[in-house]
Parts: sequence; structure tokens; C-alpha cells
Amino acid sequence: MTTETAPSGVTSTTEQGKAPQMSVWGALKANMRDYGLLAALILIMLFFQYFTGGVLFKPLNLTNIILQNSYIIVMALGMLLIIVAGHIDLSVGSVSGFIGALAAMLMVGWKFPPELAFLANPFVAGAICILVGAMIGAAQGYLIAYHQIPSFIVTLAGMLIFKGLSLAILAGKSVGPFPAEFQLLSAGFIPDFFGPTTLVAAAEGVQPLVLHTTTVVIGVVTVLAMLVLALRSRSRRKARGYESEPLGLFVAKNVVIAALVLFFTYMLASYRGLPNVLVVMAVLIALFVFVTKRMTFGRRIYALGGNLKAAALSGIKTERMTFYVFAIMGALAALAGMIYAARLNSATPKAGQGLELDVIAAVFIGGASALGGVGAVAGAVIGAFIMGVMNNGMSIMGINIDLQQMIKGVVLLAAVFFDLYNKKRAG
Amino acid sequence: MTNTILEMRGITKTFPGVKALSDVNLDVREAEIHAIVGENGAGKSTLMKVLSGVYPAGSYDGQIVYKGEEQHFKTIADSEAKGIVIIHQELALVPLLSIAENIFLGNEQARGGVIDWDETRDGARKLLGMVGLTEDPDTLVTNIGVGKQQLVEIAKALSKEVRLLILDEPTASLSEKDSAALLELLMEFRKQGITSILISHKLNEISRVADRITVIRDGRTIETMNKDQISEDRIITSMVGRALDDRYPPRSPKIGDVVFEVKNWNVFHPLHRDRQIIRNINLNIRKGEVVGIAGLMGSGRTEFAMSLFGRSYGQKISGEVFLHGKKIDTSTVEKAVAQGIAYATEDRKTYGLNLIDHIKHNTTLANLGGISRMGVIDDMTEMDVANEYRKKTNIRSSSVYQVTGNLSGGNQQKVVLSKWLFANPEVLILDEPTRGIDVGAKYEIYTIINQLAAQGKAVLVISSEMPELLGITDRLYVVNEGQVVGEMPTAEASQEKIMRAIVRAEGKAS
Repeated sequence: MTTETAPSGVTSTTEQGKAPQMSVWGALKANMRDYGLLAALILIMLFFQYFTGGVLFKPLNLTNIILQNSYIIVMALGMLLIIVAGHIDLSVGSVSGFIGALAAMLMVGWKFPPELAFLANPFVAGAICILVGAMIGAAQGYLIAYHQIPSFIVTLAGMLIFKGLSLAILAGKSVGPFPAEFQLLSAGFIPDFFGPTTLVAAAEGVQPLVLHTTTVVIGVVTVLAMLVLALRSRSRRKARGYESEPLGLFVAKNVVIAALVLFFTYMLASYRGLPNVLVVMAVLIALFVFVTKRMTFGRRIYALGGNLKAAALSGIKTERMTFYVFAIMGALAALAGMIYAARLNSATPKAGQGLELDVIAAVFIGGASALGGVGAVAGAVIGAFIMGVMNNGMSIMGINIDLQQMIKGVVLLAAVFFDLYNKKRAG
Repeated sequence: MTNTILEMRGITKTFPGVKALSDVNLDVREAEIHAIVGENGAGKSTLMKVLSGVYPAGSYDGQIVYKGEEQHFKTIADSEAKGIVIIHQELALVPLLSIAENIFLGNEQARGGVIDWDETRDGARKLLGMVGLTEDPDTLVTNIGVGKQQLVEIAKALSKEVRLLILDEPTASLSEKDSAALLELLMEFRKQGITSILISHKLNEISRVADRITVIRDGRTIETMNKDQISEDRIITSMVGRALDDRYPPRSPKIGDVVFEVKNWNVFHPLHRDRQIIRNINLNIRKGEVVGIAGLMGSGRTEFAMSLFGRSYGQKISGEVFLHGKKIDTSTVEKAVAQGIAYATEDRKTYGLNLIDHIKHNTTLANLGGISRMGVIDDMTEMDVANEYRKKTNIRSSSVYQVTGNLSGGNQQKVVLSKWLFANPEVLILDEPTRGIDVGAKYEIYTIINQLAAQGKAVLVISSEMPELLGITDRLYVVNEGQVVGEMPTAEASQEKIMRAIVRAEGKAS
């Protein structure tokens, strides 16, 4: 996860040829939102670590948190684009449920004649599911973008339709289990190419400590890559005479992030290594960060969410962008649906119901604006983890589900309140 | 005339990091029209917000004495209860409610929460009569023009027993006729003993109606002039802190061949298929030439420009557009931009800027291709571009990371210009490029226009202010009711000549 630094621009000192630096306080304030969110997540984790008697940070439990929230995070990526574009998608829960059902029927439920049997192949079925998801999103996006029907209404209708369709194709029953290859999507871990590393051998009275070497290698390489990128970007700024954050803060920030990544790498490595789904998620997160921060596609979405008319008069094809955003959301909802189904190892008619609310909550906790134009991928991901850790921690503590719901509601409200309060004060 | 109704003493208001007002003094006499002038960002609106309780007592230093008593307004309701009503630049009417409902909004003619519609309508009709409107009180506000909406706002103020009426740029979006009517009304109020504070950039209006003028610059009061001391030159000198010898930079045009030509342009209303908005307009611009479109509000100037620019207005559009003698396709904004046409809107907040984003992103928005490769934006190039144009157009901001919504009108306009300059167009259409911005910023924008023309671009300027058109253009088209009714070199033009062309056309039409 990256916390991007909003740099502050040039100052008059650039003319003296010396790269200027902003004050530590100024840099902190400029990135208050990002740091605050990350700090909140860490605090919440420490809180539950304490109150669950150390269960939260057990390697097994951390792995579980990732598995339990993967489908929320996958959908939050698409939802972020939707909300930044000034829309909402209420159908993602039902769509993910429907795609899970479709996957089950393709692989298990329907008996294909021999010449069509390839459709039941998990990879073919998976591809079909993603495609169908994208088409569902595209259909909704078409109505929203080109016929100006409010997204709230189109996707509310979609929610009802796909809830009904899941029931219909499953004929009201649960369908499973899935072929082993498909289960690997959620239950699998990457293979250890290098073989395990034994730190502490099993002996009498000593817990053995064996690390998943490939996971460690990937973790270390990731950290190195992040550091190289950060350093390169910093030196490029300096070379061009633009202000950069103070060295102390730069070092502190990167050390903290590197330490966090290494810590989680160690945790995962001491269990069974990287879950497959985490690899999928990490790739998607990196892709979406890149698209939103660095690509014209992302920039255009922010522009049209910020001021639709001004964007259109700047030559941006606002309708087409809206259409694409919903199609992407559909594909991600499909992927999430498959992850969910693979995790349960069966498709149930109730799968996916209400998930849209968790996804939307994650994006708003992450600092997106309900009016559009504002929001960050990193924020949405952290938002999803905040919700996920709370779910997990409260369940371990044995807090009743009714109370859990209320607490989550209060947290959502508090996060948005804090955000608006901050913005007002910054004025 | 000599009783002081309002005195503001030593008002100081600080925002985090900025001193918006420092030791401002203002005294307003009963039943006078008191104008407040100053550059954008000078602190006029802040001062009025202090007065009306938008910034509650305690959030500023200084004293407000109104009708002989010191006041501590906590909310707008407090100041309204004392008869102080402020009408903001952006009208605060609900478009889909009727005139009568708007007038009594928050002050409903009701008993026990049940609205008395007869009383509401009668009351509204009476108030409308006072501001010279004959509209049915049940008409929806969205169905009347901006000028009339402004009058409805004033009627609403009258319903609150107003003693001190504050108008923030009331004529900024009004036609000359509507502006005149509004000023007439203020003079009528003066006779009835209602005091007005008028914030305006239009110096000719001010010198016509104001009894006294207070000039504010950089959050300080510079001076207060009496009627007999008022002259435009003196106001300008005092506003900008230096003498502006000339309000328009000198032009030495080098005009070449025709670059841009529009032939037989026709446009129909977007909702009413049979209402023709633009009739058969023919127009051309030469290389290095600044061409103006003069015409009254509602004459179809903006509609013409927007229909030209990617068919952003209207339907059933017909006609041909030529660039360097070659017919071009401008049917979408993207195509128009790609062909080298740019249109800077008259309404920068609605159509020009992404107000929640910063200068850098706004500057590059119309030419993302110029800072990216295969859809990937090069951060550093974008930074260079934003800084270059910030410097070129002299945008005053802490950095290119300042959010455009927090900039003053003049600086916002410069961001809009930067955006279109970076798109590197051959033809630049500027719709009301100096609306609502101060004298100093206007001069800077005229200078930019001159530079563009000197670089060989074709510039089309649409403006409601005739002196401006006469001051900066080389040639003028006069437009009325969607038709070109006159064309003249600016050297031979005058305000009278333009008006005559319009009036003559009106005579023919009726």
C-alpha cells in the first residue's frame, strides 16, 4: 500500500538553483488525510491485538483477514472510480452473487454435451464470468451514461434483477463443491520455489519456525522496488528544482512503510506464504493506483467528477468515460463473486447480498467525496482493511453481531465527520 | 442625509495564515447609496460577511455600530432582524419554486405552519410591484431571466423590512437594460429612505448612482470619496495603488490572411425544435486579428460560440467552418480542440474549471495528450507546463497546487486562459473574458490577448462591455437576435454606432 505525497509546488527560492524543502509540519499537514488513515488502521490493529489477547497478529489470523476481505477490496477499487466519477453502484453485491452462481453452474451445475464440455473448465468458466460481469456493468453504464438515468436508480434495479437471477439459476439451492483448481483462487498459496527456510528447528519444547522462502523473497524485492521508486522520484523532483518533503520525514515515512511490509511478509511467511488471492489483489491495487495517479484515463475521471460540464467542454468524452467506469466495476464485481464462491466452495442464493454496503462504506471511510471528484485508491484499500480488521477483531472478542453492526455504523459516521471537520478547518 | 446608519470601526479579520481585513473603517449614512470598490480579493465580500453575521461576532476584531447601537450579529438571521439584507453575487433562489414561494422562503405567510396562499400571492404581487415586475407570482423562478431573478431577490429583501440593502456585484450578469432598471430602483429606494451598499466593478454605474465611494485595497480602507470628488480615474488610481494611464494596452496589429471562417451558421433551441436561435451567421477572422462580437445579453452570442465549439449548444445545427480555407469538422469538442479551436467560457465556475482541483490539473485538462505518452502522464512535464503557464498568465497563488475554487475571479480566469493556451489553438474564442474581475487583472488579460494576436492567432472576443470591445479589438461584428446586423472596423466604431445597428435591426424585426 502506498501513501502518496501531495507535493507542494515551487517557491521563489527555486531561482537560486537550490531545491527548496517545505517544513516538516507543512508536509505533515498536506498529507494529514493519508497519514491519519494509515495511523487509524494501525491503532485499530493494536487495539484489537491487545483486546484479543494477541490473537489478531497470529500468522493464521492475519492470513484470514486478507482472505476474508479480498472480495471487498477488489470491489472497492472499482467503486472508488464510480464514486470519484460522481456515481454510485448498488448492484455490485447482487452482481457478485450472480456471477458466483454462474460460475458454479458452469463448472458444476450444468451438464454440458461433450462438444461444449470445455465450458466447464475452470479457466474458461472464469473468463466467461469476468466477461459477463463486464457486460452487466456495461449495460448499466450505457443506461447511465447515454440515457442520463441516475446511477442510483439503474443500479438499484440491477440489484433486484441480479438477486432474482441468482435465485433463478441456482433454483434456490446451494451448488458446489468447485473443482480443485478453482478453489485455489481463494484457498491456495503460492508455491515455494526455493523450499522452506528453517529458522528454528523442531525440538523438544521448542516451537519450530519455518519460513516460506519465496514469500520472503517477494516481500524483500517489493520493499526494495518501493524504495528505489521513491528515491528516484525524489531525485527527479530535486533535479528539476521542485520542492520535496523534508529528508527526515521522507526517511521516516519510507522506513515505516518498509517495516510494515516486511512485518506482514514475515507473518505470512511463517504461516503458509502468500495467498494467491493476495497476489491478485496486490497486482490490481498497483494497477489502480497507477491508473488513477498517472494515467490520463484516471485524470479524466477525476475531472468529470469534479465538474462534468467543464470536463465536457475541455474535450473529454464524459459519456464514454462513465460507460467504461461501470464496465470495469462489473468485471471487478465478477472477480469478487468468484473469490467469494471459491472461498465458500459453493454458490448460494444469498451470496453477495449486502456486500455493496461494505464496499461503499470502505470507499467513504477512505476519504472519497459523495459529490465526486475526490478519493484515492490507497484510501479505499485502507478503508476496507479498517472495516475488515474491526469485523475480525470484534468476532474474536465475541461481541454480538448486533453490536458489531452498530459499532461499524458509528465508525463510518465518525470517519466522514472527521474528514469534513478537517477540510473545514483547513478552509 | 447626514445621519450615520452604520459604522464599522477597526474591523480586522484573519483566516489561518491570511489577514483578509486589517483595520477597515466604513461609515454609511442613512438613505445614501454607498459604493464599495476594490480589486478582487481586496476584502469587500469578507467585510460584508462580517457585517451580515456570516462570520459571527467574536471571529473578528472591531466594532459594528448600527443605528447608534453596537451590534454582535451571530447569524444572518440576527442581522436580517435588524433590517440588514445582503444579496449575494450568486443568487440564492430555488429555481423550481414559484416567485411567491421564493419571496417568502423562511418567512412564510402562515398560521400554525399552514401556508396562507392568498396572502402569499397578494403579498408577493405587492412586492413585485415595488420592484417593477409584473410577473405572475406563481411563475417558477427558473422560467424568468437572470435580470428578473435579481429583482425577485430584491423583492424578497423588501419583504423583510429592509433598511440597509447590500448588493454584491448585482449587475455582473445583467444586460445593460436590466442593469439600468436595477440602478433606477436603488435610486427609488433612496428616496424612500432605504440605504444601499453597492459592491461593483462597473465604474460607470457607480459614478452614476453612488453618493459616496469607499475604496478598499489589500484588506485596508484607502479612502472614501464624496459625490463631487468621484471620477473614474481617481477610483482606478486608488484601487490599484498606481495610475493606470490607459485601461487598454496599446495594440499594433499585424493582420494577415483569413484563418477562420464560418459560413451560413444556423442553430435551433435545444428544447424547442422550431425556435431558431442563430440565423445564417457569416464571420471570418484573419491571422493576428482580434475580432469582437458586440450585442446585448440574449442576442445569441454565447449560443453561437458554443454551437460552433463541438455543438455544445442547440440542435439542428447547419453551416460550414473553414480553417485556412479547408473545411473542418467541429461536431464534437474533442474534434474542435484537435483542429485548433478553443472556447473559454463566460461562466468559468460552471463550465470552465474543476473548482475542487488545483491549478496544475486544470491547466493541462484540455491537452492531456501534451503531457502524456500512451496514456501515462509525465509528472515532471506536467509540473513544468503548469509553472510555465502560471508565470505566463501571472496567476497569483502560493503554488500550482492551490485549489482553483479558492482563487479570486481574475486568477480563475487566468487559469481558464492557461488551459486553452496550453491546448495551443489557432482560433481562440473568449466569451466575456473579463466578467466580474478587477481592473488590474483585466489589463493583464488584455495584454495576453494582444500577445496571442501577435503570435498570429485568430482571436474572437465576446463581451457585454462595449468600451472593452472598442479598446481591444480590430474589427467588430454586431449581433442581434441571432443575426449579424453590422460589421465595422473598430477604428470607425463607437458605442453609438453599435447601438444604432442594434436598434435599427430591432426596428426591422418588429
